[in-house]
Amino acid sequence: MSFDIPDDRRYLESHEWALEENGVVRVGITDFAQDELGDVVFVELPDEGDHLEQDGDLGVIESIKAVSDLYAPVSGDVKAVNEELFNAPELVNDDPFGEGWMLELEADDLDELDALLSAAEYEDQIA
Amino acid sequence: MPLQTPPLRGAHDERGAKFTEFGGWDMPVEFDSIQTEHAAVREDVGIFDVSHMGQIHVTGPDATELMQRLTSNDVTRLEVGDSQYAAITNEEGIIIDDTVVYRLPDEPATASSGSDGKPTYLFVPNAGTDEETHERWISYRNEWDLEATIDNRTDEYAMFAVQGPNAPALVDDLTDEAVAELDRFGAQYATIDDVTCWIARTGYTGEDGFELLVPWSEAEYIWSLIECQPCGLGARDTLRIEAGFLLAGQDFDLESNPRTPYEAGIGFTVALETEFVGRDALEQVHDDGVEEQLVGVQLIDRGVPRHGYDITNTDGRVVGTVTSGTMSPSLGQPIGLGYVPADYAEPGTTLQVVVRGQSKKARVETIPFIDTV
Repeated sequence: MSFDIPDDRRYLESHEWALEENGVVRVGITDFAQDELGDVVFVELPDEGDHLEQDGDLGVIESIKAVSDLYAPVSGDVKAVNEELFNAPELVNDDPFGEGWMLELEADDLDELDALLSAAEYEDQIA
Repeated sequence: MPLQTPPLRGAHDERGAKFTEFGGWDMPVEFDSIQTEHAAVREDVGIFDVSHMGQIHVTGPDATELMQRLTSNDVTRLEVGDSQYAAITNEEGIIIDDTVVYRLPDEPATASSGSDGKPTYLFVPNAGTDEETHERWISYRNEWDLEATIDNRTDEYAMFAVQGPNAPALVDDLTDEAVAELDRFGAQYATIDDVTCWIARTGYTGEDGFELLVPWSEAEYIWSLIECQPCGLGARDTLRIEAGFLLAGQDFDLESNPRTPYEAGIGFTVALETEFVGRDALEQVHDDGVEEQLVGVQLIDRGVPRHGYDITNTDGRVVGTVTSGTMSPSLGQPIGLGYVPADYAEPGTTLQVVVRGQSKKARVETIPFIDTV
């Protein structure tokens, strides 16, 4: 089984991805993670304006078979959450790197991204 | 201890299944997705490899007495080709395991059995319990000085469940015999392309269908002939929760969750008019009534109830525990099974389930949540 691992973003060992654009970091979970979880039935996310710490709790994702914690790739304020997921959690399965994104963070310090894995490093981790 | 592997381990792997350890067996948990597999069984037909289930074969002049004294139901009601659900209980009436007992055709008479054939049974203990069950049967046979031969045939049979509204037609087309004419819990030997299988109208999904015992050596071939959605243990779990069926080791467990059949909602398997291990204790429970009982719960708030979560009353006092739970694929609602005091067991009662520290409003529901059989 092979999984998509786009090289335009960084990864956490806990299977979140982080895509930075103009100081805003968009966060989701990887193709591998959605496949491991199976059918996602809902996600619990923080509110806009909440402040998250790097590696701190970002929310919870529930699939039919399991519940899993999500972790923040960088510190920052929550700028937006993907409200589409509340009605259509299956977007996480269908398009984990696109429409299945979870939230956007206004990063406190973009250098924190350097601590994350590259696509190649993440690929080695899940191999 | 190394994991036991079903005869189709390789075929499932090639088909892209994910695997999980279950009862000491390495079993497919998911082939495509739980939703897809679950929907196939509710709307069409799906096939499960349940070769992790045990098979114990009992035959001899005293086979009926031995089965009667070690299972809670009335075995003497079984004619050849019948089956029944039963509990295996200890002296205290606590469920050790649940099982289905099939009455096979009598084996030919021998000098010791007189002129009659020997009554013969096959029963299906849960995954990983076949060895201790086999020992239990031998030990009681010896203690009671009964004449019966007891074989653990778990490694001789693969077991498939073909379930769903279109399962009868699919299997019937493959067999030389008209198995679609079997009644619920009826069973017979039937032939699929010269392979003799034991085929029973039983299942664990709340749907019509069959369970097939297939010689291990022919398992892969027979599996390939039954063309429909392959389903893993994940969908088996969501289907059985909707149907309100118990999972051994979870909804009851001799060590961690000791329950009588009455508490577990399977009092219908207890034939108090028969003599069996646990009977006297169960008569007492029957007369006194249960303190706690299994109920269905549905979450009203967002969340998914899962095994081990606390159930509280509306004041927040812990009154029970969730033993099984899932997001029901058919209902689109979070549902579960759990034990609560009899005072809280009335359907419609408002309770709470504690989901990761947060109390979520829940309602007691009638079991089964879904039953189409």
